[in-house]
Order: sequence, then C-alpha cells, then structure tokens
Amino acid sequence: MNKHILEIDRLNVSIGADKIIKDISMAFFRKKVTAIMGPSGCGKTTLVRCINRMHELIPNTVVTGSITLYRKNIYEMNPIMVRREIGMVFQRPNPFPTMSIYDNVIAGYLLNGIKLTRSEKDTLVESSLAKAGLWNEVKDALHRRGAFLSGGQQQRLCIARALAMKPRVLLLDEPTSALDPKSTAHIEDLISELKETVTIIMVTHNIGQASRVSDFTAFLYLGELVEYGTTEKLFTVPDDKRTEEYLSRKFG
Amino acid sequence: MRKTSQYNPEDRNIRLYEAIFKLVLKGAGVIMVTLLVALLVTILWQSWPSIREYGIHFYTGRKWDPVFKEYSALPFILGTLATTLLSLVIAVPIAISLAIFSGFYVNSGFLASAIRTLVDLLAGIPSVIYGFWGLFILVPVIRKLELSIGIVPYGVGILTSSIILAIMIIPYAASIGRDVITMVPNDLKEAGLALGATPFEVVHRVVLPYAKSGLLSGVLLSFGRAIGETMAVTMVIGNANFIPGSIFDPANTLSSVIANEFAEATDPLYISNLVHLGLILFVTTTIIGFLGRAVIRRWSVNR
Repeated sequence: MNKHILEIDRLNVSIGADKIIKDISMAFFRKKVTAIMGPSGCGKTTLVRCINRMHELIPNTVVTGSITLYRKNIYEMNPIMVRREIGMVFQRPNPFPTMSIYDNVIAGYLLNGIKLTRSEKDTLVESSLAKAGLWNEVKDALHRRGAFLSGGQQQRLCIARALAMKPRVLLLDEPTSALDPKSTAHIEDLISELKETVTIIMVTHNIGQASRVSDFTAFLYLGELVEYGTTEKLFTVPDDKRTEEYLSRKFG
Repeated sequence: MRKTSQYNPEDRNIRLYEAIFKLVLKGAGVIMVTLLVALLVTILWQSWPSIREYGIHFYTGRKWDPVFKEYSALPFILGTLATTLLSLVIAVPIAISLAIFSGFYVNSGFLASAIRTLVDLLAGIPSVIYGFWGLFILVPVIRKLELSIGIVPYGVGILTSSIILAIMIIPYAASIGRDVITMVPNDLKEAGLALGATPFEVVHRVVLPYAKSGLLSGVLLSFGRAIGETMAVTMVIGNANFIPGSIFDPANTLSSVIANEFAEATDPLYISNLVHLGLILFVTTTIIGFLGRAVIRRWSVNR
C-alpha cells in the first residue's frame, strides 16, 4: 500500500518576476504530521497554498510542475473539489463573525449549499468540535456568535470547521503564530491527536514547534527544499550545513 | 547649533502652538453647530405663520393652489416619496451589483481602476446636466412608451424623474458600497474559498452579511440625497400640484415646488408655506441621517 498521500513533483512558482518556489519535489506521508519550516520569505506559505490552489487568488502567479493527491493531479481537478479534500487553517483565527458557533462548524456545507438533516448537522457539529477539543467549552453556547471566544478557542473553531468537511489533508499555515503560549500548547496537543484521522501539513517558523509535533520536517530556504526527512534525523544529524545553522539559530 | 529634533513639553512655544491649534479646531466645530442651529431656527421662524394658519390641515388637504389660497403639502410629500422610492428600486440592485463587482471580483488592475474612476466621475457631474440629458433623451423615450401603451404622453413625470434620480444615485451608492465591501477582511473571504465555496457563495454567505450595515446605511444616505435633489427633478417632473394617480403622471416634489415657486411668491403667507415645505424636508433628511447611524451601530459586526 502506498504510504504517500500527496506528491509534489518539480514545482516552480513565480509571482511576477520573483521566483518563490524553486523546483521542489517531495512526498507527504499519510496520517503523519509534516512540518515545513524556514525563515520568513522562504516560500513556505506559498508552498502550502499551492497544495489547495489558494495561490490562484494572487494575481500574476505562474505555477509549473504537478501536485498529486492519491495520484490525481490537483491542477486538473476542480479547485472547489480540491479545497474540500484539502482543508486549511490560517495564521489568524478567522471564524465567520456573522455566524453562530454551530453554523461556523458546518459553514463549509452552508457555503456550498449542501443540505443536511437536523440530526446530521448535530452529529457533525458535536464530533467536529470534540475532535478540535472545543466541545466541552462551547456546548452551551452553540447558537451564540463566536466573538466572545478567546483567540485559541477561535482557532480551534476554525480547525473544527475544516475537519467538518472530512478532508483527507489539513494544511495549517502557522496556526499558532497569533496565539499565546497556553493556547499554542493546546493546539500542539490537538495536532498530535488529529493525525489519527487526517494527514497534516504544517507551516511553522517556530523550530521548537516543529520538533515537538511533527513526524517529518522539511527545511526551506530561499525557495529551495534544503532538506526533508524524519524530524528526529533532521534535528539530530542534519545532512545540510544550512539546516544545521538554521537549527542553531545562526540565521532566520 | 540648536537641537530641534527633540520634543520638549516644557517649551513654552510648543504649548502655545498646541493651544492655538486646539482652539482653531474647536472653533470650526462650534461654527458648524451654530450654523445648524441658526438654520433650524430661521426655518422654524419663517414657517411659523404657515404652521399657525394651517396646522394639521397642511398635511391632510388634497390641493396646493396659490391662486385660491389653498395650501397642502400632501401632493408633494407623496410626489417626493414616489420618486425617491421608485428611484431606489431602480438604483439599489444596480449599485450593489456594481459594488460587488468592483469591490470583490475585480479589485485590482486596469478594469477596476477604470470603473472606479468613472463611477467617481459620474458622482461629481452637476445635477443640471442630468436634467438636460433627461429632457432631451429620456423624456422623448418615455413619451413614446406612453403613446404605445395608450396613456396621456406627458413624457415628464414621476417615472422620468425616478430614472434620472436613479442614474444620479447609482454612482454614489456604488462607491459607498464598494468601499464597504473592500473593507470585508480578506482572511474571511479566504476562509470561505478554502472551504470549497465558489466566489458567489462567498459573496452571498460571507461578504454580504458582513457588509450589511454599511450597505444599508449607504442606501439610506442615497435616499437622503435623492429626497433633497432639486435641479434635475424640477426639470423633468412636470410641475403639477395635485396628488399623482400613477407613476406616469406629472407631479412635484417638496424641493422642486420650492425651486419653482419661490421666485414668484409675493404674499408672505405663500412664502411661509414654501418654507414650511422646506422644514419638512429638513426634518426628514435629519431623521434619515440619524437612522443611518443607528443602523451602523446596531448591525456592525464584532470580531
């Protein structure tokens, strides 16, 4: 059986005249957490945005190469289907402020006009919030708007919203960079639990975070994939000198 | 050499400048408030003879006929409501579509800036020009339409004025709407798209609910503008001082009747009656202004 769920093959991305991603090929393992780390501006956010085709929102972006999900080229799929299979959580928590907590969880269905029965909705809301570790905190306020939630709770609501679509892959783009240390720890624990059900690709510029939660780590520098391997190996005996220097915080 | 780069609060000069600056700003505020109060007092005082003479009958009578000294604001209130509401019915869907298009779909590049510039340009054209265009182009078209459906071909009237008004408020409402829609946080739009929603679904479920208060207050502001618009309406409404029977009838609005008759009003009571019409307009637009603020306060979204 194939252990790889997602494969990137010779991906090149440029925005206008700037080359952001230079010839990256890598494969992601199923139901594992892969961290993509590197200094600011190394292209890590662009890389994950290419995986669910969110880069198409930025004008003048040119992409060559291919990304395959279970051997199907996502650039030949409908972008809407790609985004249902590959969920995303952003840097800043962004629950929909006009919707209740309940509606936020099933927002993917509401937005796409997919009809669910009352009991399907209830089950989906409870199980998604439970997976995101938020159920006990909000079960009595499901029909209130989420504005009173803390930043960490809002981010877990966003994770629940993404999980409700039952994606195969979850992209996390620096999911804790806007959060306090306690909420960060909570989300990190959550990520370790979630890999039971979903493949996680996580961008982080926090070296400690990558070492704590990921199984595999990729190090990007100036748009190139410098090194990619198990987190254990990359953090203890890195092959590349640049990785070593980055890990010992000589730059970045 | 003197040190100039440091701000020293002990410096007497700085304190003096600050005090003068604050005084100037405060003065501007005081002047505005005084002007507003003075305006209201003048209008009230000038319309007092009319209020005392006619009282409630000024609002219930069916005719405005200066020759027989019969004065009622009702035909003009109805004329104003009819033209304004009809113009909003025409303008709002177009303005909101334009706002969504230039605020969400195409918000950068040549087409976006072209639309933006044109819309802003259109908003700045003097209303008398719109009036001329209405007289020369729109009135004959409406006349043909009226002939073809077999009614009196006035050409001028409520429908004609509403169309002209609509054309005048579309750029205004569209430019407010565009700003409101552009202000919807980008990360919310991205969140919607990342869930697999189409742009239409994001507009419908994310952008419009978020922008609702701004859009509605934009509509109210346009309403306030349409209600007071004088010149273009006066040119194409037909100036008839009776209660209109249909949208094809000529009529008069509060502002158009003032513009039409003020110059020839000699009798002091006649003048007072016209000022009374102005008072109605003043109060209505003020209420709409307050309503707009209330809507923004009530419906704005907390994040």
